[in-house]
Amino acid sequence: MSAAAMPDRRQLGTIISRNKLFEGLFALVGLLIVWIAVLILLALFINLAIDGAPRLSWAFLFSFPSRFPEEAGILSAWMGTVMVMVVTALVAVPLGIAAGLYLEEYAPKNWLTDIIEINVTNLAGVPSIIYGLLALGLFVYEFDMGQTVRVAGLVLALLILPVVIVSTREAIRSIPYGIREAAYALGADQWQVVSQHILPYSRSGILTGMIVGLSRAIGETAPVITIGALTFIAFLPPSPIQGEPPFINFDWLASPFTVLPIQIFNWVSRPQQEFHLNAAAAGLVLLTMTLLMNALAVWLRYRFRKQIRW
Amino acid sequence: METPAMNRDACGDLADEAHNRRDSATVKVRIDASSRGRAKAAAKLNLKAEVKELSFYYGDYQALKGINLVVPEYKVTALIGASGCGKSTFLRCFNRMHDLYPNNRYKGEITLFPDAINIVGKKVEPLEIRMRIGMVFQKPNPFPKSIYENVAYGLRVRGVRRRSMIDDHVEHALQQAGLWDEVKDRLDKSGLDLSGGQQQRVCIARALATEPELLLLDEPTSALDPIATAKIEELISELKDTVTVLIVTHNMQQAARVSDYTAFMHLGKLIEYADTETLFTNPGEKQTEDYITGRYG
Repeated sequence: MSAAAMPDRRQLGTIISRNKLFEGLFALVGLLIVWIAVLILLALFINLAIDGAPRLSWAFLFSFPSRFPEEAGILSAWMGTVMVMVVTALVAVPLGIAAGLYLEEYAPKNWLTDIIEINVTNLAGVPSIIYGLLALGLFVYEFDMGQTVRVAGLVLALLILPVVIVSTREAIRSIPYGIREAAYALGADQWQVVSQHILPYSRSGILTGMIVGLSRAIGETAPVITIGALTFIAFLPPSPIQGEPPFINFDWLASPFTVLPIQIFNWVSRPQQEFHLNAAAAGLVLLTMTLLMNALAVWLRYRFRKQIRW
Repeated sequence: METPAMNRDACGDLADEAHNRRDSATVKVRIDASSRGRAKAAAKLNLKAEVKELSFYYGDYQALKGINLVVPEYKVTALIGASGCGKSTFLRCFNRMHDLYPNNRYKGEITLFPDAINIVGKKVEPLEIRMRIGMVFQKPNPFPKSIYENVAYGLRVRGVRRRSMIDDHVEHALQQAGLWDEVKDRLDKSGLDLSGGQQQRVCIARALATEPELLLLDEPTSALDPIATAKIEELISELKDTVTVLIVTHNMQQAARVSDYTAFMHLGKLIEYADTETLFTNPGEKQTEDYITGRYG
């Protein structure tokens, strides 16, 4: 017992400098790890850029794939990606927000909602190929929707739905209870509270979740291959806007398609070196799209945070 | 029904009461069972609300135990007591705040005059109650909207569209809250950019803008500094010309300063209710005396 005596005043200096040493060491290690992560990303990007940048040109962006590598482009691939993303966003965002809102604001707390909650969280961890198999069995074979843009949009929507739901819930949960009570105390009903307070105040979190989800979906390859996206498409789906009435055309939903990751996959699996350079250039485009979306998410979060702080 | 130290006719003649406190404590106010009769009786007594045998349960836990109290019109009535005595729980019964959470249950009656409806009755629509009774919370909770929109929100909920009418009400409410001169040039700025005391006055203006019959204040100054507190207390004294005020406070000096009547609560029970001067100078119950002299709580 007596061995563990209180350190006396003269020893305090040594103790403090020892503590400071540990602190400094930890900061150093942390800094090192952060730089390793950043440098790896940078190296990947530079490597892609060195290989791909010479191939990047308007001609590359606006040409169809070809068996001659120098004539091949990614027009059908990025158009396909954009269309699939539009379908994914239109399906996943309203569904995800509605589900998150229901679970946070309306659902009674009982075993059923507990099960739903656990499953939503679990769904986020299901491998994407499983979603592809589900879509192949259900959408392609059972509902006979074909190997089309709409099926790809739906499967990617399912894939990111848990992300949207979870981020919606967290955004809603961050609103202090006092705000809800203030609105209720003025005689607002539940829908007024939700539409005039909960949704507006949680939009930054919801938008962030939506964009993070979409930037995950944009790079997904496995489920899209599973449902049978084509790897060589030398035509564009029918345009959604047309010259004669009714001006809007939904045929593009039922069109075969390809997306950027599949185009990249197709090119790297060829023996010719020139196609590998094309793949690098397409990878650069895909990476840029993803980084831009993430940047948008960061910017939106920053803007809305500035307006609302509790 | 008989709670000896409670003055059922607390709104009677004050001077008289102070002298004959013990007599008046035993005087029972006869109130007819029919609501018309009761409304008449209440009008004669100038009551805004009457609480009868009110009990409240959070699930199985009984937080309020058979409370009886009258709330005189155009007066300030304070609820005091130690933390956890149920005073906030009691206050939140008045605008049915407990309905927002599951498994809460009311028993007994809170009759709101002049129409003698039972606030905690099952058939009464909580939304109507909340439109008639305003509330200000412990922590200032302005919406992250402009000052103007904060104050106008109650009118928007009621479907008021006319800009001129909203403008008038917003200005009047801000004046009542003593905030107009400070914010009239920046009504479009966020309510969150104000200081804590100003935020709380925005919340008071927000509650006043819809001309409530009864204003509930739940420890409105507990998060504020002494200067902001003094401003709000001054405000409360001015408010009682136009609105009946029910205030919860853990600060006894505050109750003594701002209120006309004071109720002392302990462990979910109402121990004593009298005009403020009597309760603080000549309490009828030992527990009250111990509390106000600082022997506990």
